[in-house]
Amino acid sequence: MMPGGGRCAACKYLRRRCPSDCIFSLYFPANDPQRFARVHKIYGASNVAKMLQQLPANLRAEAADSLSFEARHRVEDPVYGCVGIIHRLHQQIQNAETQLAKTQAQLFGFINTIID
Amino acid sequence: MGGNSPCASCKLLRRRCAKDCIFAPYFPSDDPHKFAIVHKVFGASNVSKMLQELPVHQRADAVSSLVYEANARVRDPVYGCVGAISFLQNQVSQLQMQLAVAQAEMLCIQMQQDPIMPTPQIEEVDPDHKPSLLQNNLPHQYLNFASSSNVRESFFGHDMVS
Repeated sequence: MMPGGGRCAACKYLRRRCPSDCIFSLYFPANDPQRFARVHKIYGASNVAKMLQQLPANLRAEAADSLSFEARHRVEDPVYGCVGIIHRLHQQIQNAETQLAKTQAQLFGFINTIID
Repeated sequence: MGGNSPCASCKLLRRRCAKDCIFAPYFPSDDPHKFAIVHKVFGASNVSKMLQELPVHQRADAVSSLVYEANARVRDPVYGCVGAISFLQNQVSQLQMQLAVAQAEMLCIQMQQDPIMPTPQIEEVDPDHKPSLLQNNLPHQYLNFASSSNVRESFFGHDMVS
């Protein structure tokens, strides 16, 4: 249950009473209904509840945020989700490593010219 | 599935594997773990819905990325894929900084060597002094990036790589 007695976003979405020990209420506030809607669409409410319950309480906020992030990206990109971001980062790393090797080779070339 | 052999999904769900089973092309019976992990994280009905909403030629890629995410989530129940993204972002930042340093050093040397270019007031190059790059040692101020141990601050606080 939210402060003030209102239902959290999850219980509103699921059209049920929001108990005082609702596993969702701390991480899915009523003022952000899309956040729960997305994780429910991708993972399902019971999977999210199970995942949160299996974690110590001090880690649940981070877990809810990362689930929300992944769900948002899966909704935006139904084929790759956030794995698309990982692919792009790998590509950026490869490009940066190639550029760095090229620049270092040029630099060594300059330095050798100075030394000679 | 060919013949009467159910796919990994239908085996796990204990149901008849229809000829048009949506899972069958992507979850063969010889790899039960693949469907098990996706089912554990996303649920079979959610996966089925997601695949049905995609054109057939995109479903294999979608399954691969779902399996990747599910594996990441099982390995790291708190951060899942987000942990990997944060780590890779830090790697990109560090490489870009190394590149900027190398390019600055090259520019410095070029400016000192090129008589046509106006040279800023800098001391003469000491032939015994090699740039930091050769010593394989970056200046310390370029090494203090947000540590990946504080994923929330370095990651959720700003936009993702586009």
